[in-house]
Amino acid sequence: MAERIQLKNISGNNLEQCLKCSICTAYCPVSAVEPNYPGPKHSGPDQERYRLKDEKFFDEALKMCLNCKRCEVACPSGVRIADIIQASRITYSKHRPILRDMMLANTDFVGTMANMVAPIVNTTLGLSPVKAVLHGVMGVDKHRTFPAYSSQKFETWYKRNAAASQDSYKKHVSYFHGCYVNYNYPQLGKDLVKIMNAVGYGVHLLEKEKCCGVALIANGLSGQARKQGQVNVSSIRKSVKEDHRTVLTTSSTCTFTMRDEYEHLLDIDVADVREGLTLATRFLYRLIEQGEIKLAFRKDFKMRAAYHSACHMEKMGWIVYSTELLKMIPGMELIMLDSQCCGIAGTYGFKKENYERSQQIGSGLFRQIKELNPDCVTTDCETCKWQIEMSTGYEVKNPISILADALDVEATMKLNS
Amino acid sequence: MDRNISKCYDVIVVGGGITGAGTARDCAMRGLSVLLVEKFDFTNGATGRNHGLLHSGARYAVTDSESASECIRENMILRKIARHCVEETDGLFITLPEDDISFQGTFVEACRRAGIRADIISPEEARRIEPSVNPSLIGAVRVPDASVDPFHLTTANILDARAHGADVLSYHEVVGILQENGRVGGVRVRNNHNGEESEMRARLVINAAGIWGHSIARMAGVTVNMFPAKGTLLVFGHRVNNMVINRCRKPANADILVPDDAVCVIGTTSDRVGYDTVDNLEITPGEVDILIKEGEKLAPALASTRILRAYAGVRPLVAADNDPSGRSISRGIVCLDHESRDGLAGLITITGGKMMTYRLMAEMATDLACKKLGVSKPCRTATAPLPGTGGTDGDRPGKFYSTAHNAARGRQGNRVREIEEQRAEDRALVCECEEVSVGEVKYAISQLHVHDLVNLRRRTRVGMGTCQGELCACRAAGVMCETGKEAREALADLGSFLNERWKGMRPVAWGSTLDESQLTATIYGGLCGVDRLAVDD
Repeated sequence: MAERIQLKNISGNNLEQCLKCSICTAYCPVSAVEPNYPGPKHSGPDQERYRLKDEKFFDEALKMCLNCKRCEVACPSGVRIADIIQASRITYSKHRPILRDMMLANTDFVGTMANMVAPIVNTTLGLSPVKAVLHGVMGVDKHRTFPAYSSQKFETWYKRNAAASQDSYKKHVSYFHGCYVNYNYPQLGKDLVKIMNAVGYGVHLLEKEKCCGVALIANGLSGQARKQGQVNVSSIRKSVKEDHRTVLTTSSTCTFTMRDEYEHLLDIDVADVREGLTLATRFLYRLIEQGEIKLAFRKDFKMRAAYHSACHMEKMGWIVYSTELLKMIPGMELIMLDSQCCGIAGTYGFKKENYERSQQIGSGLFRQIKELNPDCVTTDCETCKWQIEMSTGYEVKNPISILADALDVEATMKLNS
Repeated sequence: MDRNISKCYDVIVVGGGITGAGTARDCAMRGLSVLLVEKFDFTNGATGRNHGLLHSGARYAVTDSESASECIRENMILRKIARHCVEETDGLFITLPEDDISFQGTFVEACRRAGIRADIISPEEARRIEPSVNPSLIGAVRVPDASVDPFHLTTANILDARAHGADVLSYHEVVGILQENGRVGGVRVRNNHNGEESEMRARLVINAAGIWGHSIARMAGVTVNMFPAKGTLLVFGHRVNNMVINRCRKPANADILVPDDAVCVIGTTSDRVGYDTVDNLEITPGEVDILIKEGEKLAPALASTRILRAYAGVRPLVAADNDPSGRSISRGIVCLDHESRDGLAGLITITGGKMMTYRLMAEMATDLACKKLGVSKPCRTATAPLPGTGGTDGDRPGKFYSTAHNAARGRQGNRVREIEEQRAEDRALVCECEEVSVGEVKYAISQLHVHDLVNLRRRTRVGMGTCQGELCACRAAGVMCETGKEAREALADLGSFLNERWKGMRPVAWGSTLDESQLTATIYGGLCGVDRLAVDD
């Protein structure tokens, strides 16, 4: 009897699997620069015990957490440290989102409005008096420039220029484009359609797509995030289960949010469709490895690019797919930058109270890029792109855009026909 | 502290548990000159090895109405005088499908007779107010149980005894009772740190040594028939419940789950043991199994919650005087006047009872002492707040205080303002699991009779958290060195502290608890060589 009871009594409480080794704290980009942040171990599994006793033990300093998940990557015991921190913010934080947080978080709404009057918005947001107001009144740091809004949404372009031809392909995927592609940078979506079409895949939009909600979660709007997440998951489910179309993405953070954060922080069940949602580079790499598709590249393409490992790519363990794919381009010299957080963490770095910390966190990365002086930087995350472009002046490209650029479309179509 | 060991005290109190500490306080408050002696550390016996439950008395209502009435009276008193040691959680008495629901009526009726508020609530309501409770319950009664910290309660009593002029000596063991002309005139004590013996004189000796009171009485040539009953408990890694959960049936094994600080505790077993085992209690796998098996009936989440450690204490049960065989054992308070009972003047024994009725026990013993010494001052301990509860904490409402500050206030109460936290060095944490700062450690060392790391643990919770000393033990030893302890001594202390932690983990060493202890052993043994250094020196 003794044996049985003791074998059964193994803690299912993730926080209790923490052995206090503190490796997470050694890897935390915030702890490295911010002495007032208690660090992941202490903010997560340690203080959670006290929060369970009394919510007065919730420390608002936890909002300094970037949710980069590097602590979880480092943890040898599989403790979901950042999840514990984020969940406690959702449960206990008394800090209510201010107007700025609502605006930064509601990428869908703000994006839709901005698209309609894009040139005005882009110009206006760049004006010094506007920046001063944003900084002083709204709390958006004056050093930040909002990513430019596109005058045509990706969805509009797709419906006008691509939708009609997609059914003619033999194989099909769906595309979760995300807010950034839709409102700010439709070219990345176009690049993906170009590549997928070249290898014989039709690309379709989801029945309904909402912002993945990462910014809502980070800004204390988890209720709205949950609603949007449910819409996305049911669309993804329809695509994967009924239409048998894998859902591709070009943003590592949207992907990570939907695959992991939905379940861990928003209680949305994604287990049945999780494997049907993947980053485009991973999907392509796997097809190539299985011999299902082939890529042909332009002979004249030459590039010296530095790859930046976005935190959520590190967490998913998917960096290798993007980098291996890039290395297939004959004219590519790919340099791996040290894996470190750039400091932006989505909307985090836009807030004036975080600006300095955000830049300090990224300083090592910026220095390394400047020393290497590549043609461009490449990364799978759009917010890393803004941060690196703003902080170094180097252009940052998504691997899919580089691939599309280097692709010999006609030769590729021939190889895959 | 001013110790005038050559003087003759009015009273020497033997035993640094809660009863001795409370008695020393009461005597001192009534103007008696008092010496409290304890052979090891305060709370080393049953005081530090129980549930930490502030009984409402409901548990005894059906079987022992006198104890029940005592409990509810003391419960209400302690909430006022020791507010900082009490967490007003309330408790549930739940009826499970296998229990007889008709007992509930008997129970509630008995509670009311004893003056204990007992409200029958629906199972749905019980699940709502205490989500961890076994969802299959068929009945629940809400009673004013609470959680109390016996370590800090004892500390507060000792501080107040001192504030009223008492002298206090820990690590001083009574090795003989001085007698002259047929009356007790003091004690012979041995300093357990250096082995030196000395004599302490007093007009009266009060034996408040718990189970060890048996030996004290024997040294005086009188007999107090004690029957040691071992109770084993398990500490879980975090709270699963925020209310005390009991079974609504006659008291049995492992039917109380108490939320204490950041953990929860299930207990107890109850086994009569030989007197020769009381200094070295072994915990058996069978006891651990019963505790888990019965515990998960109260709160199913316990089945998959990490167990930090197991510990056992001994209840000092006393045989009624008219029954030396021990068949009729009282759980009530026993106050013996050895002058009238045995013809030996100058000795009083106060024993039996419960941790939470300590104040009443102290009052009874002190009343008797005052009578013998011709002092007529009334007892004030029921209304005078203990240090930590009295006064104000100085915290400003709305101002942000660190987690460590809030945690320290939970332990030291309003005395938190005596903790240095101006300098970053003092705000730094020694114990991350339990939020103990360098400042709090220094405060404990200078004010709370701390000689070693075990003492420090009992005053501050250093090493009581999930890591069981893995990260904090060496830091705490470092602070002790800074405040004057010899490095060699601190190193030996570190080794024995870690061994003491391991002793409690061993009966439950599986899963993460085993992993943790392995890591601790690797750090201290493999990396730091603590075991070797201690031996080499």
